[in-house]
Amino acid sequence: MSGASSRSVYGALLRRQLTLALRRPVQLLNPVLFFAIVVVLFPLGLGPAPDTLSVFAGGILWIVALLSNMLGAETLFQGDYDDGSLDQLLIAEQPLYFLVMPHLLVQWLISGLLLALLSPLFALMLGLPSAGVGVLVASLALGSGVMSVLGAIGAALTVGLRRGGMLVAFLVTPFYMPVLIFGAGAVRAAVEGLPFLPYLALLGAMFSLALALGPAAIAAALRISADA
Amino acid sequence: MWTFFHKLGSPPWLYAIAGTILRWLLPIALLALGVGVVWGLLYTAPDFRQGNSYRIIYIHVPAAVVALAGYYVMAIAGAISLIWKMKMADVAMLAAAPVGAALTFVALVTGAIWGKPTWGAWWVWDARITSMLILLFLYLGVMALYEAYDNKAAAARACAILSLVGTVNIPIIYKSVDWWYSLHQPASIKFTGESTIDPSMLYPLLLCIVSFYLLFTCALLANMRVEILRRERRTGWVQRLVGSAV
Repeated sequence: MSGASSRSVYGALLRRQLTLALRRPVQLLNPVLFFAIVVVLFPLGLGPAPDTLSVFAGGILWIVALLSNMLGAETLFQGDYDDGSLDQLLIAEQPLYFLVMPHLLVQWLISGLLLALLSPLFALMLGLPSAGVGVLVASLALGSGVMSVLGAIGAALTVGLRRGGMLVAFLVTPFYMPVLIFGAGAVRAAVEGLPFLPYLALLGAMFSLALALGPAAIAAALRISADA
Repeated sequence: MWTFFHKLGSPPWLYAIAGTILRWLLPIALLALGVGVVWGLLYTAPDFRQGNSYRIIYIHVPAAVVALAGYYVMAIAGAISLIWKMKMADVAMLAAAPVGAALTFVALVTGAIWGKPTWGAWWVWDARITSMLILLFLYLGVMALYEAYDNKAAAARACAILSLVGTVNIPIIYKSVDWWYSLHQPASIKFTGESTIDPSMLYPLLLCIVSFYLLFTCALLANMRVEILRRERRTGWVQRLVGSAV
């Protein structure tokens, strides 16, 4: 098959993923609504004192973003597995490594970029000092890219399993931790007036590494799940 | 050489050779551990700052070192199983997970016991301690994933992928005490340059580390024998073996 038609396959897949996401607006908003609800829990649990909350705001928002990303990842391949379109991807002529990219991209747009862009609103509610807001958006945008790839590995490993939900959370969280350390670290550094670019650079490096190696793991995991 | 390699793929042969190795290795490992621990606990001088409480090092450090090495054993066996589809490699991978998890747990518990007199707290959120806890979760994750699949052949391959993905975290755990300066003391034993530990304390410690490696090997082989029997329970050789044992 020529390169042009390969490109059209990827384009069609991307359009399909976007259409699927946009046809179900409630599902599209789920990560955002989850984010909003969990943010509410922290002032209730930790106490509403503004000076305490503003210290923890960056870390809180990062933890909530991590949780919502994890919950969104769980069902990434479930629909395709149920209706058989996953099998079509597996027997396609194009390498599976590239065929999963549209899934990752749309997943990141919904649970990563959308949340990152809305995060200043929640940062305002928790009283995050304004010096940290820009870095929060940047670190969430980069970090959620890593988390989308890692979450997709977990989702691919458990796609055929009936009780996969909790398992994905358990498998994927240890891998999210370095991202959380550097993401929340970037926001903290910015708030304290320290250089935050090294943190963002590390997140960028993790993102590049995840994007290069992750799809190989996802492809291998999907083939196993299809066998099982 | 190659016949040896091919024989490794044969369950009865591997079961038998593992048994033979185990019979010789286990006494050696226990003897080394006994000598190392007694030497360390009774015949070394107290530390000039930590007094006698430092002596838990003779269990804590070997457990931690071998817990990390165990992850590599698991991941490399997983890679071999994925690449060459060797059934006995995924037996080794699955056998390594519980042993590694147990050693990680020992390292965490002895660390807590050591932490109480030296830092005044059972648990601190120090980089090395936290990353060892993550290591425990990585081991448990592999075990949980294996349990979740009904198709055990697919389960083993899924676990191999998961443990390979996890290797990314292991160098971070190794270097965490050097990269993030925190309560945990930096590594005392160095391959290059001067170690910061006195030779009289170093030699029993090295002996303990070696004995933990040997014990890990023994536990791994014993675990592999059980897994081989479980997998091959319907075959003639296992039924003859079990029949003759009864």
